[in-house]
Amino acid sequence: MKNLIIFTLVLFLGTALYSQEESQKNELPSVNIKTLDGQSYNTQDISNDGKPILISFWALWCKPCKKEMDAYNENYDEWQEETGVKIYAVSIDDARSTAKVLPFVSGKAWEMEILLDPNGDFKRAMNVNMIPHTFLLDGNGNIVYQHTSYYEGLEEEIYEMVRKVAAGEEITDH
Amino acid sequence: MKRVVLLLTIVLFSGISAYSQVSEIFKNSQVHGSFEFDGAYYMPDNTVGITDSMINGKNFAFNGFGNITYSLGNFSAGFRYEAYLPPLAGFDPRLEGQGFPYLWATYATEKFSFTVGNFYEQFGNGLTFRTYQEWMLGYDNSLNGARVTYEPVKGLLFKGVYGMQRFFWTPYTKNSRGIVKGFDAELDFNQVFNSMSNSKLKLVLGGSFVSNYQADLDPLYNLPRDVGNMAGRMTLGYGKFNITTEYAYKINDPSAINNYIYKVGDALMLSASYSTKGFGFYGMFKRYDNMSYKSNRAVTANALDISFLPPNTETHTYMLTSMYPYNTQPNGEIGYQLQLNYKVPKKSKLGGKYGMGLAINYSQVNDIVRNAVNVPGTDTTAVGASGTLGWTSPFFKFGERIFWQDFNIEIDKKFSKKLKGTYTYMYQSYDIATLEGHTGEPIVYSNIGVIDMTYKFTSNHALRWELQGLWTKEDKGDWAAILLEYTISPHWFVSITDQYNYGNPEEEKRINYYTGSFGYTHETTRISVTYGRQREGIVCVGGVCRAVPASSGFYVTISSNF
Repeated sequence: MKNLIIFTLVLFLGTALYSQEESQKNELPSVNIKTLDGQSYNTQDISNDGKPILISFWALWCKPCKKEMDAYNENYDEWQEETGVKIYAVSIDDARSTAKVLPFVSGKAWEMEILLDPNGDFKRAMNVNMIPHTFLLDGNGNIVYQHTSYYEGLEEEIYEMVRKVAAGEEITDH
Repeated sequence: MKRVVLLLTIVLFSGISAYSQVSEIFKNSQVHGSFEFDGAYYMPDNTVGITDSMINGKNFAFNGFGNITYSLGNFSAGFRYEAYLPPLAGFDPRLEGQGFPYLWATYATEKFSFTVGNFYEQFGNGLTFRTYQEWMLGYDNSLNGARVTYEPVKGLLFKGVYGMQRFFWTPYTKNSRGIVKGFDAELDFNQVFNSMSNSKLKLVLGGSFVSNYQADLDPLYNLPRDVGNMAGRMTLGYGKFNITTEYAYKINDPSAINNYIYKVGDALMLSASYSTKGFGFYGMFKRYDNMSYKSNRAVTANALDISFLPPNTETHTYMLTSMYPYNTQPNGEIGYQLQLNYKVPKKSKLGGKYGMGLAINYSQVNDIVRNAVNVPGTDTTAVGASGTLGWTSPFFKFGERIFWQDFNIEIDKKFSKKLKGTYTYMYQSYDIATLEGHTGEPIVYSNIGVIDMTYKFTSNHALRWELQGLWTKEDKGDWAAILLEYTISPHWFVSITDQYNYGNPEEEKRINYYTGSFGYTHETTRISVTYGRQREGIVCVGGVCRAVPASSGFYVTISSNF
């Protein structure tokens, strides 16, 4: 009987997946996470007045993530001037180090918006397997591009996508 | 009967499927998912002591999962399929098998949400309740039951949970483990009270109560059937200052972990920080006394934890700095941590053209002080003897035994547009007898140095290299390590590493642990292949650790999401 239920579920989701082809909807889920002040924050409040948004998952224990954030931060002023892009850096550090995120970010002088996801609720809802993982949203709040892992120079690739989105161009597979 | 139902289901869904082409409902649906496959092909390797008979025909092992989430308006549902056939070396053998350990459905409105099935949740810092999944550890303590959240006004949130925890593949049958019930409330003054909405003072208060019901089937002891654990917490911010604290109190909970003592437990976490642009300072104090809290008192493995006891040490990730990691001692520990982050400004003497980053961290964890509680009529009761009140302990006193000390300093500096480096020095003392159960072995004192350099040839071609050394007279003696990694953004990487135990007191154990890897990433799909030798070690995430045996062979990881 259990197998049957599972089978039904798979079939149902397969059907839904198929119909997904028809729709272009790919919006952020609604998840309650935290701000650096410890206040509750709903992920549907992530917004940028119709301009592109980058959401990047990182953690204090993740060296490539911190490199990626450093790279974003170095370019942030210029990117904002050109495209108005806003960057949300979501830390998935658990209770071991959530309180260390604020002094760390201050010590780095990062300018991005920082959010805390201490139990990985947002990470799970976004189906993030490993970090760093970056999402690009267009002006309508649709996820149009994602990338996992960071290699030196990736920020230029990411920014190329941001620029396209800001200009209203389609993101094509490449 | 089953066949009829099956047929009916297929017909029904084919119908829906056809209809869905035009259906608005399905147009508003979202389906997302992810999967990962971690496989290994183990080969015999006499140098590290792996023979054919040890592998025993199980050359091939893998851990894999597939995750699907469906959402439509206020409704969402999903499942995760997992397979361990058999699990990779170092994962709990009880994971072997396959199935759907995670099935859930949620209905959520702005103020209210209701979840049935498996779910992950955390109250405060997790001192009373935290269910989570950590793939790297093979850890999953999700609660299978129901959860309700209610937020009558923005900033006031109530949560209630009820259910049984996942225990590998054991069915959720009566008395197989405890039934967990929990309640949490959180009040954010700045959001709830208009008068404070623009206040410089930020205040959030919270409290939780959790209870575990487990039948008493013990022939010897009369055990509490309901074990309550409660906590209060506060986050306070004022300008550049931030304080967070939580105190938890648990009633007596005799268990295999605490050797069946009838002692109450408590825990305190307190951290304070000062942050301003370019400078951050952080200090924390923590004490745990008899705080293991599981939904089956007989279990000692990494499973069925109802609460989470975060360690208060820095997480290290380089090959040699992570050789001796800390894991929380739930029966008692007291410690503190200090950290300073500073960005030396650009164009200063030290900072140079690009500025320089500086991080200094110190952490120490001691045992708590334990005084005997004599059984009436005797005067020689041992500390922590089964069936007794265990011990008494002065709250703020540090015990003599030092489990852990870690002083580390990290400097990162960019020299030019092409060259940058990170330099780490670390001094560590590690009580291997307590932390790894190597009874009688002396404390490991080590000095560790890491040089990590990156050179950019072009905008997307880069070479990174690491040189590392670990020097100690104890345990396995001195180590040296090297890493070379070439990356072509955004798709390719290739790397080689070697860890050489050149100072091992036993000459035949002076082994090179080498690996060669390459990988390809396209957007969110990542494939990597590694060949080589893995040294015996410990993988820790969030202070929960698992031992990994030495192995040799091919390793493949494939991961993607959509």
